[in-house]
Amino acid sequence: MAFSLVYLEAVEVPLSATALELIAGAARLGDPVAVTNHAVTPDVVAALGAAGVSGVVVPEGGNEAAQQNFLSFETELLAIALSETEASGVVLPNSVNGKEIAARLGAKLEAGVITDAIDIAADGTVTKSVLAGAYTTQAHVTEGPLIVTLKGNSVEFVAPATAEDPDLLEIPVEDVKPGARIVEVREKAESGRPDLTAARIVVSGGRGVDGDFSQVEELADALGAAVAASRAAVDAGWIGHDLQVGQTGKTVSPQLYVAAGISGAIQHKAGMQTSKVIVAINDDPDSPIFEIADLGIVGDLKNVLPQAAAALRERS
Amino acid sequence: MRVLALVKYVPDAQFDRHIDPATHRMIRDESILSELDEYAVEAALQMKESSASGSTVVALTVGPEQAANAVKKALQMGADEGIHITDSAIQGSDALATSRVLAAAIEKAGPFDAVVTGLSSTDAETSLVPAQLAERLGLPLLSFATSVELNESTVRITRDADAASYVLEADFPLVLSVTDQANEPRYPNFKGIMAAKRKSIETLTLADLGLTPEQVGAAGSKTVVVESAERPARVGGNVITDDGEAGLRLAEFILAQKVL
Repeated sequence: MAFSLVYLEAVEVPLSATALELIAGAARLGDPVAVTNHAVTPDVVAALGAAGVSGVVVPEGGNEAAQQNFLSFETELLAIALSETEASGVVLPNSVNGKEIAARLGAKLEAGVITDAIDIAADGTVTKSVLAGAYTTQAHVTEGPLIVTLKGNSVEFVAPATAEDPDLLEIPVEDVKPGARIVEVREKAESGRPDLTAARIVVSGGRGVDGDFSQVEELADALGAAVAASRAAVDAGWIGHDLQVGQTGKTVSPQLYVAAGISGAIQHKAGMQTSKVIVAINDDPDSPIFEIADLGIVGDLKNVLPQAAAALRERS
Repeated sequence: MRVLALVKYVPDAQFDRHIDPATHRMIRDESILSELDEYAVEAALQMKESSASGSTVVALTVGPEQAANAVKKALQMGADEGIHITDSAIQGSDALATSRVLAAAIEKAGPFDAVVTGLSSTDAETSLVPAQLAERLGLPLLSFATSVELNESTVRITRDADAASYVLEADFPLVLSVTDQANEPRYPNFKGIMAAKRKSIETLTLADLGLTPEQVGAAGSKTVVVESAERPARVGGNVITDDGEAGLRLAEFILAQKVL
């Protein structure tokens, strides 16, 4: 069986759900080999082996050069790994960084790149959702390796019956294309809530929260859900941009999306209309969000959300 | 300073957009300058305005005849010159082939300090092209800028990624992509609209760039869409009015979904 590569941005024990999904995606294309841009401990190698990874590739001597060549270092690392393993494809996270590495790798190798994948078939056919969820398309590359970025929450990981004992390969990374210098990295504070793009339930607030996200957060915490926002709430400065759902923010596709105080502009719908079930709470009965909601509640979110949160806490 | 702003003419995202079921390509009626490219034009204009006099902004587009409208809008906003690459062979190019055309057009356009783009087009939304240009041109990339700070010979940006935000820096020449957080695009005023009428748009074909039809379009692309299906439109469900107990109904509805 041919190899496939899976690029992991951060690998820690236990492996994250995102990492496991990416490994499962790569396993569709071949025997997965993990590539990451930093040194790994034996624990990490063992955990990757238990997840079905047969090899682990890291840069020789760490990744100091990565600081001076933002993401072009990782591109070179993957290009070398691809040539060493003759892998049939590379699966990367559909993150900002993952897509950028994929783009560079495609241009470097003159290879096809497919982003925003929601499924990968063994023959290399990739399913994606386009035009803000209005269409589902299937695409493949015409020659060479498939470079694909896989959205979270889209393929299922099933642990293999037998663990692999992966070989650790340290490769020298040279001749890196000039990149930007990293001046500062600000790690984001952990919210304790699930990651927005991977969450099964999302509770989102808009203009109607009127500057106060506490009721949105209260319901989210009663549900173990992620918190999100519309552009209006972000532009008003009530909540950080990284929680914005919509055309210029994140696209989410959870099992349940609760839109509170969101009117449902087309740009917002673009980011959430592939959610399985949509609930909307808004005091304006003419809000377009009600046209796509499975359950619509005309009312004041400041009454409805806390009442629902209390009832849910009571049941659990 | 000479700044190239890349602009794209795309189907208006305010309306329903469609894919031709036979070709699997987007139907491109009712197109406009991509909203996200207005931020690129604004960033380019701000770079020019904070630099020495004689600095210029060149708006560059690749697309069919009507795509010149995207350049016109950029000229109305304040860009000084326009370049329009048009050739029927380019139609159907994927990101890889598009970046090949753009890289050739940028090299043809002459020396520059910065190429500025939006964070993605609003049609294909892959956001691949800026990084592919940086790779092809051998230049550093400052991508997804939420703020841009211009210094003498460098640009410093902030960039928001999933787990961290970054402060990045690079020397000219460079490729820069800006998000909708980076600035507030100006509206073309009457003076700008009148001034744009006197500005010329240079129209070039593939041959002018030294490219062949085999290097672009479907022939020059390495991805192909083989199937497209419109998702069934969502139908609104039950709408109730809060009688004081809608929160309880909401809790029951959520429990019935079995997502907990």
